[in-house]
Amino acid sequence: MRATIIGAGVAGLACAVELAERGTEVEVLERSASLGGSCCSWFAGGMLAPWCERVSAPPLIVALADEGFAWWGEKYPGMQRRGSLVLAHARDAGELKHFARRTQQYEWLDAEGIAALEPDLAGRFEQGLYFKDEAHIDPRAALGALAARVQALGGTIHFAAEAPPAPAARGEYRIDCTGLAARAVLTDLRGVKGEMLHLQAPDVSLSRPVRVLHPRTPVYVVPRGDGHYMVGATMIESDAPSRISARSMLELLGAVYALHPGFGEAEILEIGTGVRPAFPDNLPRLRPRDGTLYVNGLYRHGFLAAPAMARRAAAFVLEGREAPEVMQ
Amino acid sequence: MLSLYEVPVRSRLLLGTARFPSPAVLAEAVQASGAEVLTVSLRRESAGERAGQAFWSIVRELGARVLPNTAGCHTVKEAVTTAHMAREVFATSWIKLEVIGEEDTLQPDVFGLVEAARILCAEGFEVFPYTTEDLIVAERLLAAGCRVLMPWGAPIGSGMGLNNLFGLKALRAHFPAVPLVIDAGIGVPSHAAQALELGFDAVLINTAVSQAVDPVRMAAAFAQAVSAGHEAFLAGPMEPRDMAVPSTPVVGSALLR
Repeated sequence: MRATIIGAGVAGLACAVELAERGTEVEVLERSASLGGSCCSWFAGGMLAPWCERVSAPPLIVALADEGFAWWGEKYPGMQRRGSLVLAHARDAGELKHFARRTQQYEWLDAEGIAALEPDLAGRFEQGLYFKDEAHIDPRAALGALAARVQALGGTIHFAAEAPPAPAARGEYRIDCTGLAARAVLTDLRGVKGEMLHLQAPDVSLSRPVRVLHPRTPVYVVPRGDGHYMVGATMIESDAPSRISARSMLELLGAVYALHPGFGEAEILEIGTGVRPAFPDNLPRLRPRDGTLYVNGLYRHGFLAAPAMARRAAAFVLEGREAPEVMQ
Repeated sequence: MLSLYEVPVRSRLLLGTARFPSPAVLAEAVQASGAEVLTVSLRRESAGERAGQAFWSIVRELGARVLPNTAGCHTVKEAVTTAHMAREVFATSWIKLEVIGEEDTLQPDVFGLVEAARILCAEGFEVFPYTTEDLIVAERLLAAGCRVLMPWGAPIGSGMGLNNLFGLKALRAHFPAVPLVIDAGIGVPSHAAQALELGFDAVLINTAVSQAVDPVRMAAAFAQAVSAGHEAFLAGPMEPRDMAVPSTPVVGSALLR
């Protein structure tokens, strides 16, 4: 059995790993010249935070994430399950209350509780929410780990490769994980642009993702270790992978500076933008079309949902098993 | 029936489309609200590249009339440019004009607002200015060519309801024939009902619906409140008074010994 997987973002690589582990001969075709060259996974936050996401996402996201925790724990040694922290400045205290009303699996923290978890934030916030079961990973390291695993299982990854013309040959499965590029076929797909920064902030020490709620400019910070932080991310209904706008940059930096003044001294390592593929309900889908299985619409839940989607994709192509919750 | 720039509108609930959990939830909320007018904000960066097309076509396909707005514009020039883009993208001369004066309260810059309204009205736009309850500003906006006004209830997104009842009542009394739509500050359906009871023509709601725990249910709740408020206005509410008045008259009642 052979499978051709188009796209080496998190969805494509997760599918490749799942299929290769079940004895399928996999070939991954990636348009860009190297890992992460043109996929939004490269710019992801890497938070496995289903209960924070639950605030604006249906319960399915929590169910998919449940499978994700175990999967990542097994495939990628760098997953850190240290929970996440949600904060708001005193004047935005209402935002915290409202956030809490829309989700579960958290505990309220007072200033002391916050300081105990993140000593660098001592004295800066009065109240917060702690989601102790959430986790985070470094998306770039995780993509590398998945690619290495595909190769270790005998699979191949071709970079700078064009997708072969449809349809697939007899006895070959084809899985399309090309995100927004699949739009010609998946016409209800849209792009939601995100902008992010990488900062090197030696004066700030945080050990878990921190979200700061704000009515206009919410922000999150994900530690990558050694004073390196990913700061994200805007949500703009736009499918142009254009560069960051000055306003977004000001807002992101202003928000992290308000979280901790040490970010004022940070070096800006990288400015990135990506366009997340999303269906109208912002939930991921498996869609079989003309002999190709499309795995798409992972929106801002790529790392959270990719494992569960990959398992369903493998079960579908190898056993014909349907997953109604992601196939409608 | 309410008429906005000669367009008859049955529902007195106008809905904003920002910050819903997903376009699918937005579509359901629009359905539940019965709204026939939807506001859409244009990020200038996306308008320039047509990059927001996907979201805009979702909004267009909801079947309601689109009222594009110039949300987030701080200068006359920005607002005018955004209005031009909106006209092109949505093929409508309607524009909800916002010129923001201050970042924390998002209070309208009424001086810039009047100036931008004058420019846009002269260019043939049908302008819905987001303004305060100030009578003189209202006069100037009408003189600039506006034929609908959108006074705030309270700062955008604050959910505080009708903050200055005196000012809003005076505005209503002063401009009995101008459609007045309460824009901004409505937090719960009772606020919306109150606005309609006072004789305002309609309300525009966004955050109170989109950020509710169940936006679809909240949209339906607002629809009921708006229609109850308007019915109450038509029915002629009683005047509050300081003293108790027995609802059962004493004279003529049977005497029990």
